[in-house]
Amino acid sequence: MSKTVKLRKGFDINLVGKAAKEMVEFAPAQTFAVKPTDFVGLQRPKVLVNEGDTVKAGTPIFFDKAMEQVKFVAPVSGEIIEVKRGEKRKLLEIRILADKEIAYEDLGRIDLSKIDRETLVDRLAHGGVWPHIIQRPFGVIANPADEPKAIYVSAFDTNPLSPDMAFVLQGQEAYFQAGLDALTKLTSGKVHLNINGDEQGSSLFSQVKNVVINRFSGPHPAGNVGVQIHHLDPINKGDLVWTVNPVGVTQIGKLVLEGKYDASKIIALTGSELSKRGYVKTISGSAVTNYVKGNLQSGHIRVISGNVLTGEKISMEGYLGYYHNQITVIPEGDYEEFLGWLKPTTSKLSFHKAIGMLSFLNKGEFKVDTNTHGEERPFVVSGVFEKVLPMDILPTYLFKAIHAEDFDEMEQLGLYEIIEEDVALCEFVDPSKNDLQELVRSGIELLMYS
Amino acid sequence: MKALQNLFDSIKPNFEKGGKWEKFHTLYEGHRTIAFAPDLTTKATGAQIKDATDLKRVMITVVIAMVPALLFGILNIGHQHFMATGEAATWIDKAVFGAISVLPILIVSYAVGLLTEFTFCVIRNHPISEGYLVTGMLIALVMPPYIPLWQVALATIFAVVIGKEVFGGTGMNILNVAMTARAFLYFAYPAQISGDQVWTYLADKTAVDGYSGATALAVAYNAGVEGVDAGEALAQHNASIGADFSFMNMFMGWIPGSIGETSTLMALIGAVILIGTGVASWKIIVSGFGGAYVMGLVMNLFAANEFMAMAPHLHLVMGGLAFGVVFMATDPVSASQTETGKWIYGFLIGALTIIIRVTNPAYPEGIMLAVLLMNVFAPLIDYYVVKANKTRRLQRATV
Repeated sequence: MSKTVKLRKGFDINLVGKAAKEMVEFAPAQTFAVKPTDFVGLQRPKVLVNEGDTVKAGTPIFFDKAMEQVKFVAPVSGEIIEVKRGEKRKLLEIRILADKEIAYEDLGRIDLSKIDRETLVDRLAHGGVWPHIIQRPFGVIANPADEPKAIYVSAFDTNPLSPDMAFVLQGQEAYFQAGLDALTKLTSGKVHLNINGDEQGSSLFSQVKNVVINRFSGPHPAGNVGVQIHHLDPINKGDLVWTVNPVGVTQIGKLVLEGKYDASKIIALTGSELSKRGYVKTISGSAVTNYVKGNLQSGHIRVISGNVLTGEKISMEGYLGYYHNQITVIPEGDYEEFLGWLKPTTSKLSFHKAIGMLSFLNKGEFKVDTNTHGEERPFVVSGVFEKVLPMDILPTYLFKAIHAEDFDEMEQLGLYEIIEEDVALCEFVDPSKNDLQELVRSGIELLMYS
Repeated sequence: MKALQNLFDSIKPNFEKGGKWEKFHTLYEGHRTIAFAPDLTTKATGAQIKDATDLKRVMITVVIAMVPALLFGILNIGHQHFMATGEAATWIDKAVFGAISVLPILIVSYAVGLLTEFTFCVIRNHPISEGYLVTGMLIALVMPPYIPLWQVALATIFAVVIGKEVFGGTGMNILNVAMTARAFLYFAYPAQISGDQVWTYLADKTAVDGYSGATALAVAYNAGVEGVDAGEALAQHNASIGADFSFMNMFMGWIPGSIGETSTLMALIGAVILIGTGVASWKIIVSGFGGAYVMGLVMNLFAANEFMAMAPHLHLVMGGLAFGVVFMATDPVSASQTETGKWIYGFLIGALTIIIRVTNPAYPEGIMLAVLLMNVFAPLIDYYVVKANKTRRLQRATV
């Protein structure tokens, strides 16, 4: 059953600023935030708390009226200090001032051998961990009413500067296993754990039981769960599968074994502009100020929650995203460069080898800033996206179908199989500088809601 | 460079909303981004970093790949001139003579083309795209050295407007723009772009006795009509003045023809640059030459006349096949866009070129029409390749 897949297409973005495999210490953050904007597909969030209320870790603070069973909970105990709304009262952030000592809501341990599926689903949905379960197609939070064909967990991350999952989950073996066990109860199909075939399996992942272990090797996006599913059992129209990232699996395991929503996790501090890089123990939704301020090599920077391909720009006072396991700090690129499009260079990273783009000769690490290196243009060059998308999909045609809002074409060309992260590399390499992740989401929304 | 930046900054208000030249905003941006790579940064969500290559660099790569053909073309125009008139001349004389006849064509092509493009960008408020960098060079290279400049200008305007802008500008065109320009001239003013007289620029001199300005294709075609061995006829053509159409001469490009098309070697150097940089599809280039060779062999099978019986490798170095396959067929916008489609597209261009050459007395050179015809059919090829992909997906769902 288990498969070994070697992928050839793709591109490893080798950046300066990898995290050293060691823990670093910082003063813990005082404020935390849950950002409804992190949750793709959230439709009508209803806030359950008011400013001034006190909450425990695990107390529900809002839910989606479109999917009432799933509760979004506070990651820490403390006082709600702000419910921040934007234009048209769009819910942006719920900020919590944390207690010194975190008090947990008692959610009750879960005995997996006795519990039935329905109750388990309900416990997970109320326990704050459900948003980790993502549905494919569309990449939105899974609906507790559905039953998936299979569940996939990618145990490694091939994104630029991504954290080493084996290091992040050290010492969490029991939770990880319990999380997987819980997932096996949610599907009548298999739970697949996809591990990095290039590395000798670390003890954590090789000792895992009750799941199908598949090995994937090759350049990024080999670690993307969407790519993996495509090679194991591609999603067709009408199929429904779920995916969970390993940190989510561990949090589910903690809920099962300890009966509490423990949102603590180890994240990587990465990027060329941080002076102290490494791994730090934190909690979902933590303010990043303490990790970034005073830890910078230069002044003009961008702080990113997540990685440089799929992450989100946050301010120095911003908060770590629910799904993010790293913070990346790179230079901001708002400068003009004289004849920047013509100068020969080996230090600017490029997938291409056009005249003067000599980065392929440079086997070292690259320092990359946020400059787009050019303006947006129509698609001109062909055959590039295909080289970085290891799937039997014709990306250019799919993108054009989305542009044209042609529903049949979108379906037939494989929009069910991809989400933003799968085309992130296409967006990176595109010489015409189109925002392809945004485009794919707009196509998915068309398919979902109309 | 700070001074230039300041200059741009100082005139910027005029081009902003409410400024007196607000309409010409796109020209301002266009020139500023040529001088300076822009200070744009990535959005708050999505990829936070972008590849350092942009379309400008891709386009300039193609231009650079054409420079060997241009330089050789300049030299060859001079070479052909002095050989035809029988005057002794140094290489410098030849280069100077060639430059005097070629550069005005190049300048007119760029000036008129860019002006047309700018006009459209201003009217439509589009950003100025870099596609014309390549087109301007291509148009000049496929012109005969003798062409009146007003015809170059007219063809350029026609090609840019009808070939490209009416479809929405760079990236949207169906036909290769430079080939459209040439086809326009070919059908509108055939006297200046076909026959035996236009390929050698004699200026006001007369040719020496025994000189013929016919192209290799015309010679081979006439061999077919007259029933003499084509290879022989080519080798003997102008042999008295040392300008025969031997394989080597044609491969090197010391033959009359359009400015940039004569040298197969220079086209291959361009191909090496384009393939090495990954800018052009090697599949189209390889299958293009392959298609021509295979069709040459097929013609040999029939061998109804001596042209059809000609050794197929001669086809590869005659006329504009090499130039067309390397620089025209590989235009990513008008070519097939699927990887499988590129094999079919390239092969058919090569094959069609030979069919047109050999069987059609009206069009001695086939590459122009073959490229244009396949431009039209490229979407059809892609349609079937895309359909195959959809079918695979559909079948997967049902099993």
